[in-house]
Amino acid sequence: MSMINYASREINCKLVYYGPGLGGKTTNLEHVYSKVAPETRGKMVSLATETERTLFFDFLPVDLGTIRGFKTRFHLYTVPGQVYYNASRKLILKGVDGIVFVADSQVERMEANVESMQNLYDNMAEYGYDLTKIPFVIQYNKRDLPNAAPVRELQEEVNPGWEVTEPSKQKPMPDPWHAGETLIEQRDGLWVQQAPYFESVAITGDGVFDTLKAVAKMVLRTLS
Amino acid sequence: MTGAGTWSLDEHHYRQITAHLGSLLKESNARCALLVDRAGQLLASTGEQLTFDPTAFASLTAADFSANDQLAKMIGEPEFASLFHQGEHESMYLADVARRVILVVLFDERTTVGLVRLRVKQTVADLTELFERLFRRAASPEPEGMSERPGGPLAGAEDEIDRLFGD
Repeated sequence: MSMINYASREINCKLVYYGPGLGGKTTNLEHVYSKVAPETRGKMVSLATETERTLFFDFLPVDLGTIRGFKTRFHLYTVPGQVYYNASRKLILKGVDGIVFVADSQVERMEANVESMQNLYDNMAEYGYDLTKIPFVIQYNKRDLPNAAPVRELQEEVNPGWEVTEPSKQKPMPDPWHAGETLIEQRDGLWVQQAPYFESVAITGDGVFDTLKAVAKMVLRTLS
Repeated sequence: MTGAGTWSLDEHHYRQITAHLGSLLKESNARCALLVDRAGQLLASTGEQLTFDPTAFASLTAADFSANDQLAKMIGEPEFASLFHQGEHESMYLADVARRVILVVLFDERTTVGLVRLRVKQTVADLTELFERLFRRAASPEPEGMSERPGGPLAGAEDEIDRLFGD
């Protein structure tokens, strides 16, 4: 839930990095932390186990600039990816404004990606949130690994899309991040929308800021 | 069913909130009081200068409260309306406000948890009334006093948003 503080001229928004265990969610935040100027970010908090697996969440506040005199402050959270931490994972989604789903590109992790995506839909629905109506992007991480599945296959499994029922939106929408691709298209007579996707190698930082900027922009646009 | 929505805090309400927190501190002799929303954002703080990162503190407070809410449900309680963390010298008392906001009071040996708890009750009642009004306003289609901002605080700022992200 974005909070606009007219007293301090701040817009606060909450972004959650979701996805299967060991997919690179924490690495995304660590990269952002290491690259942004210290005066534009706060303290990074990690509630992790002794083996550095996320137990509850990681948290990093960053300022992404000023619009209309309002400082735009984004609170980045990760969730624990391991299946049995669902209770704490769900808590972090409370009040979320935008979601980054960090998928693990490795062929062996395809099922874990799909399971985690289903879990995201279910947990959002329990709060009464609709994933298809809030800013939501998918990041295919670990693109540098030799066993990374082709993006097309990942798109089919992880990002099959949802039906567009609103007549005003039933028209082709080009994907601004991938020339020649679309985000809304007609398939077998049905209009289908997919979430924007990004490729990344979070450990080197490739694609990390592209993903963050895209979702942050989508969130701010919901306020305009 | 959509997203989590947006709400705003204007200067008038901000001043009212800090006034309530100020009286609480005076009457309870506590060190400082903070208000945090359930999503983990710091709304206001009054009292002694904070010696820690308030943003990180706010996110942990919301997580603490949410985790305890779930524990309450597991043992058959609808919620824990308040929490108390006791330290050797510093302690904190947390109380729910209107199911949307958390009041956090930090105090030391200069007062007692009994007095803090007693004074927090009135502040929670005052703040509940204020926040319920605020959230009703946020949910209404034509919010009072917000007509000068049709469509949202960043209405018409699409170009500025594009520029910010280098498009």
